[in-house]
Amino acid sequence: MDIPSGSPTAGRASRAPGMARRFLRSGQVRLGVGLVLATTAFALLGPLLTPFDPLRSVSMAYAPPDAAHPLGTDNLGRDVLSRLMAGGIHLAWMAPAAAILGVGSGAAIGMIAAFRGGIVDAVLMRTMDVLLAFPGILFALLFVSIVGPQPWLLILITAIALMPGCARVIRGATLPFTASEFVLWGRAVGLAPRRILVGEILPNVTSPLMVEFGIRLMLAVGLLASLSFIGYGIQAPTPDWGLMVSENRSGLSIQPLAVVAPIIFIVLYTVGGNLIAEGAARVIGRTEGKVR
Amino acid sequence: MMRTATRTSEVATTDAGRRRRRRGRFLLLRLLQGVLTLLVVSILIFVATQLLPGDVARVILGDAATPERLAALRVQLGLDLPVHQQYLNWLGGVLRGDPGQSLVTGRPVLDMVGVRLVNSLTLAGVAMLVMLPLALLAGVSAARRRGKLLDRLFLGTSMIANATPEFVIGSVLVVLLGTTVWPILPPVALLPTGQSPLMHLPSIALPVLTLVIAGGAYLARLVRVSFIDVMSSEYIQMAKLKGLSERRIVYRHALPNALGAVIPAASLVAAITIGGIVVVEYLFAYPGIGSLLLESIRSRDLPVIQAVVLIIAASYFILNFLADTLAGGRDRRA
Amino acid sequence: MTGSEVEVSGLEVAVEATGALIVDDVSLRLASGHVMGVVGESGSGKSTLALAMLGYAKQGARISAGHVVVDGVDLLSLSERELRAVRGRKVAYVPQDPATALNPALSIRTQLTEGLGRRREVSLPALRELLRAVGLPDDDGFLKRRPRELSGGQQQRIAIAMAIAADPRLVVFDEPTTGLDVSTQARVLELVRRLCRERSMAAVYVSHDLAVVADVADTVIVMYAGQVVEAGPTRDVITRPNHPYTRALLAAVPSVGERHRLIPIRGRAPAVGDATPGCSYAPRCGFAIDACRTADPPLAATSGGRLVRCIRHEELAAKPSVTDRVPDLRAAAAGDGDFLRVSGLSAYYAGRQVLSDVSFGLARGECLAVVGESGSGKTTMSRCLIGLHGEQEGDYRFDGAAMPARAERRSASTRRQLQYVFQNPYGSLNPRRSIEQNLTAPTRDLLGMDAEASRRRAREVLDRVEIPAALLARYPGELSGGQLQRVAIARALACEPKLLLCDEVTSALDVSVQASVVELLRSLLDDGLSMIFVTHNLAVVRSIADRVIVLNGGRIVESGGTEEVLSAPTHPYTQALMTDTLDVPKSTSI
Repeated sequence: MDIPSGSPTAGRASRAPGMARRFLRSGQVRLGVGLVLATTAFALLGPLLTPFDPLRSVSMAYAPPDAAHPLGTDNLGRDVLSRLMAGGIHLAWMAPAAAILGVGSGAAIGMIAAFRGGIVDAVLMRTMDVLLAFPGILFALLFVSIVGPQPWLLILITAIALMPGCARVIRGATLPFTASEFVLWGRAVGLAPRRILVGEILPNVTSPLMVEFGIRLMLAVGLLASLSFIGYGIQAPTPDWGLMVSENRSGLSIQPLAVVAPIIFIVLYTVGGNLIAEGAARVIGRTEGKVR
Repeated sequence: MMRTATRTSEVATTDAGRRRRRRGRFLLLRLLQGVLTLLVVSILIFVATQLLPGDVARVILGDAATPERLAALRVQLGLDLPVHQQYLNWLGGVLRGDPGQSLVTGRPVLDMVGVRLVNSLTLAGVAMLVMLPLALLAGVSAARRRGKLLDRLFLGTSMIANATPEFVIGSVLVVLLGTTVWPILPPVALLPTGQSPLMHLPSIALPVLTLVIAGGAYLARLVRVSFIDVMSSEYIQMAKLKGLSERRIVYRHALPNALGAVIPAASLVAAITIGGIVVVEYLFAYPGIGSLLLESIRSRDLPVIQAVVLIIAASYFILNFLADTLAGGRDRRA
Repeated sequence: MTGSEVEVSGLEVAVEATGALIVDDVSLRLASGHVMGVVGESGSGKSTLALAMLGYAKQGARISAGHVVVDGVDLLSLSERELRAVRGRKVAYVPQDPATALNPALSIRTQLTEGLGRRREVSLPALRELLRAVGLPDDDGFLKRRPRELSGGQQQRIAIAMAIAADPRLVVFDEPTTGLDVSTQARVLELVRRLCRERSMAAVYVSHDLAVVADVADTVIVMYAGQVVEAGPTRDVITRPNHPYTRALLAAVPSVGERHRLIPIRGRAPAVGDATPGCSYAPRCGFAIDACRTADPPLAATSGGRLVRCIRHEELAAKPSVTDRVPDLRAAAAGDGDFLRVSGLSAYYAGRQVLSDVSFGLARGECLAVVGESGSGKTTMSRCLIGLHGEQEGDYRFDGAAMPARAERRSASTRRQLQYVFQNPYGSLNPRRSIEQNLTAPTRDLLGMDAEASRRRAREVLDRVEIPAALLARYPGELSGGQLQRVAIARALACEPKLLLCDEVTSALDVSVQASVVELLRSLLDDGLSMIFVTHNLAVVRSIADRVIVLNGGRIVESGGTEEVLSAPTHPYTQALMTDTLDVPKSTSI
């Protein structure tokens, strides 16, 4: 029996390096990176510039916007603008940290599984299947109630929730290359496996990695904010966007800004991540929308 | 012209029986893997819940309990047994359909979970029922107007909906339709005890809508892409060269193939919906298993937590598994 | 008779965005019952022409001018609706790859009957008759099958049945046998000839394979850069080519019948939109004069009833042809066949035996061809030799010492001395690394050279395969298939190998490029390299191999010197293979 000898790169003109530059030439990616950077900058610098103490009541509850409090006050009479400025910092560092950790470990697992194949592949991927059986939020709920809402735990859990999906995608992206002629050649002439994996295959999966990072960043923001929202993330009275939505829901009809303002920032952040992913996917020629 | 790399042979692929047998073996193997995975999942759940802080006996009896009473209750609950024995007892109970009694209410877990599960399933079911045709329609319409205004509008809005977490979508809907802008729907989904959510459709309109938007955006995009892929395939070119009508090409030639790629995704979306149900139920105070889980975690009601987590994990896993199997083991995004 | 004639005039297909012509002013006439071959290499516009004859252009292209008159109706003047009514009934199409052109979701029956008039059902007897006409079973079970339940040959017969179902006046065949084994190809070609004769249909048969066209077509047009460069009766054009391109193409084709030097065409075919003043072939033409580079040559009629687009065709017709085959007289290497010895090699794939007790030896400096069709086990065999096939048993001795089966167990020097070149040039090199990085990787990692030395070595080997050093900084995506294959050979040479294993290295290449790769390999043999050449192409075997082993069903059915095996095969399988393999008729130019 002949083994089909098609290759992922067959007939398709491949691209020179400088992928980062290529990606940044895409308007979508640029907008996405811009949104993520802008939200991050706002979240990181905000706490230094708050006009009021985000933890102290300065007025009556749910006061409408006025000159001193352009976004009004919240359920405990705290300045919404100050809380908004101080409330993104956790998301701003925890989400990227979780995404890097999750994508990094997932990619490593996916690549090793695809490259080694056989039993290694089976064990790794079945383990990912087990992890995949828990929706991220369930996983987080369980562990946060065991350990308490520690930042490291939230990051770890989010990373673990992101990992299996990423491992599967990267495994899928690596698989065609493990059968490609240049990898066969490398194995046949005896290049070290690690050298093949890192030196030959990794440069070829940087594009899916970029896409994955965008998606996982978006999912990390969503998961962390959702956890805050249901009370298992950042704890009151610390200002936090997800928490603000939850805290101020009862005053929605009187003071919607206290809910809408953090929502806008969360959406800017996640949409930024998604734009990076979609733009990158489009750059590497995948059709739009294949990416969630 | 380039010689294509794979050369087809005259005899190789005629044996349909062999393919069927191979497919059968594949399914059996997958099934075995699935059962094994669920078993591991149940162990994880059990261990995780055992690690929850707090002494169960003390939770039940309160701080005033004497050491003798605590010890007696531990024996009664089987808490004095080694952990693996406790696990086997629990698993045996689950398999017999008796996951134990609630530590808080004393009622059988099954009774407590039952009603809530039906509510959640109804919510998810209605959402899927609305979502599937909508996503199909939106995806195909956008694909057929590829690059035009409608398509670009679709791409933009679905991209944003796709990126937005469920609780944000829900909150925005509450602002828009529940409280502030145009309050026509109830912002919370409280149900009178013992009544089916189907009797109170307006109450569940917002949670359903939240789930529809969250999952539908993703699904519709997939429909669009897979339809575009199919329409640019060689067999569609062939159908055009055979002089077939546009209608026949779209409905008879393109759609069945496009759906083939979408069906696994639909089951994936169902899985995502189940994951999202915890947040949505909390947001709308809907009496389903998601809110039950949050309640029982607060009250450390271990048997209920275990049962609910197992149910969610199992259904999530089964749907994921179904998606995988339908896709024939093709790799996909989780 | 005149009513059923096909007449194409001034046909142009342009890239929608740029207006560059893919098909440039093509005119042709075709009588019913006749087959016209359209020959050209990749990018010549032949497939675009084929589709345009049905009034169809792929996305991004547009039929910008011309007429396609079939049975008195100009297809290009019809509305989309009218065109639909004509397609399938007056003109029909047979695709290159039926595996992707048949709808996987619909049954054979549905696909055969749909679109045939308003009647919902074509009568069952007629359908059975149709299937019998293309040599397929006609039972109900067969009609219910889906395309993927059929073999490649059967799928192509279905596609042909689909095309002829409504008795069209013109059928366009777009490389219908390209993916098929020679035996299947022979039967499909026979079918095409018979159907055209019996049903007095006109047929246009597009192919890159001169031998196929010579076999099936009555008249032929040769395409280059979107234009017809030569047209006429097939036998005349092939045996006495007038246009320099046709001559060069024929000189590049290897022959099954005799070994001769292959003469590659220098340079690269122009891409769509590469407008050069004058003749588009002039930059590569050995006969070009200044006048060729200034004015576009007209398609002129010759005295022999032929059309040639060359201003010097009359002079050239008198010149002795460059296509006169120079016999290759490389002395076959003598030896005891003990440089590499394979004994009792059996291999399995997913538990199924694909190689049974294969034994052979290779002498130092010898070129051994391993020939087989798809499913013969030849790919598995090359994977075994490389050391990357897991399930195998058997013994290897290489250069006097036992060689382990698995690559990672082989000694570093063995792995260095045994090098490989693969079928797919686009996959052979890492697309994310420059040519230089691709070439220095083996010398640095395997030979332990320092950066400077390995760069020097890269330059040397690149020079050996006649690739300009300027390409060192380029990436694989920027090179042509032929160039990539040369770089892949260079990478192998960088390790100073003693034995080169070539796995179908030319089958993804155009003939003119194939010629250059074959000649390069031949020159390496002259340098003393030993070679194992795995292929399905007997003509290439004839041009390069000293000895041949023929694989069928995982066993060696015949082996011996190339001359003996190919000229006087003894095994029935080899005999059948030889009969089914087509050859370009020998040139008879003065």
